[in-house]
Amino acid sequence: MSHLLRESAPISDAGWSLLDAAARERLRPALAARKLVDFSGPHGWEYSATNLGRVEPLEGAPEAGVSGLRRRVLPLIELRVDFELSRSELRDGDRGADDVDLEPLDNAAHKIAVAENIAVFHGWQKAITGIAEASPQKPGKLGATADKYPSAVARAVEQLLTSGIEGPYGLALGREQYRRVVETAEHGGYPLLDHLRKILDGPIVWAPGVEGAVVLSMRGGDFVFESGQDLSIGYLSHDAAVVSLYLEESFSFHVATAEAAIALAT
Amino acid sequence: MGFDQYHEPPQELSPATRTFARLCASLTEEAEAIGWYEQRISVETDPEAIAVMRDAVGEEYKHFSMDLEFLLRRTPRWREIARGVLFQAGDIVEHGEEAEADSESGSGSSGSGEDGSLGIGSLRGAAR
Repeated sequence: MSHLLRESAPISDAGWSLLDAAARERLRPALAARKLVDFSGPHGWEYSATNLGRVEPLEGAPEAGVSGLRRRVLPLIELRVDFELSRSELRDGDRGADDVDLEPLDNAAHKIAVAENIAVFHGWQKAITGIAEASPQKPGKLGATADKYPSAVARAVEQLLTSGIEGPYGLALGREQYRRVVETAEHGGYPLLDHLRKILDGPIVWAPGVEGAVVLSMRGGDFVFESGQDLSIGYLSHDAAVVSLYLEESFSFHVATAEAAIALAT
Repeated sequence: MGFDQYHEPPQELSPATRTFARLCASLTEEAEAIGWYEQRISVETDPEAIAVMRDAVGEEYKHFSMDLEFLLRRTPRWREIARGVLFQAGDIVEHGEEAEADSESGSGSSGSGEDGSLGIGSLRGAAR
């Protein structure tokens, strides 16, 4: 039995399939970082740190004439969101109901996806350095209206090229910014989404949790998301009415080329 | 230069799908090379030439294995089926049928990833 203790839950195989499918369906659209950065793993729940290939000096070796160094590693962090589901609803699912109420799972999935996006793009104090905060590039301005976005994105792409950062480039857009892009057609009816895609030569991603936007190179090797335990549903406890579960993952995020991204503020 | 590994117009494919297709083509080429070396070794009579080719085919085994591992890492269901077939004693066809059936029956309490996870992994190529 794994640490997720799924076998101990009062949930049928069909029920677990339903929950897993619902979680994947809710998570995939919102997991913006995984659509733009390199992904390594999953390496398992026991995996605890990412090798950085760096060392730091150690004072006071135990014997004269001996020097010491300590390896620097990037510890993995764990994200977890608890939620409860009605056992009655799960039983209805076993009977074939196609409208099982899984709202608590939906909410948990969205929360953990947003947390992952924020950690990767903006950082997590003392735990993860995010893409936008690591970048030494001068942040750009998106502009107040969507018609200003193409020139802001084009400036960012040009700025990256000037720094020797090749494409293709991806664009992570916060919720409000994404909505503006998809609802806007430029003069002549040309969709703004297609115009931006031509500038970037890469994907445009809905990134809930991102403030403004981030343009980043997708040539590879610049940003690495290292997964320990990939997103999983685990079991906590149950009573007659509800079963308590959680969504969990462990990961680290490492910025190898800080100048390969530019944040665009609103 | 040919682009035979693409069955669909390359410009319509995501970068992840193009990479996947390249590695599939590479896997095929390594398998072909292994077959060719087996044939050459079987008809060669010069022991020194045989030794050279035996060494060379070892490289192809390595390349084939690396290509396969890359592809399996990016295809959770393929990996799940392969896990039920590869390095198992007994009837290969039986193992294959069982592994395929297991993968189709849903994740059950063990999740769909091999680690009990949801098997989401990288989503590069999922956005256009």
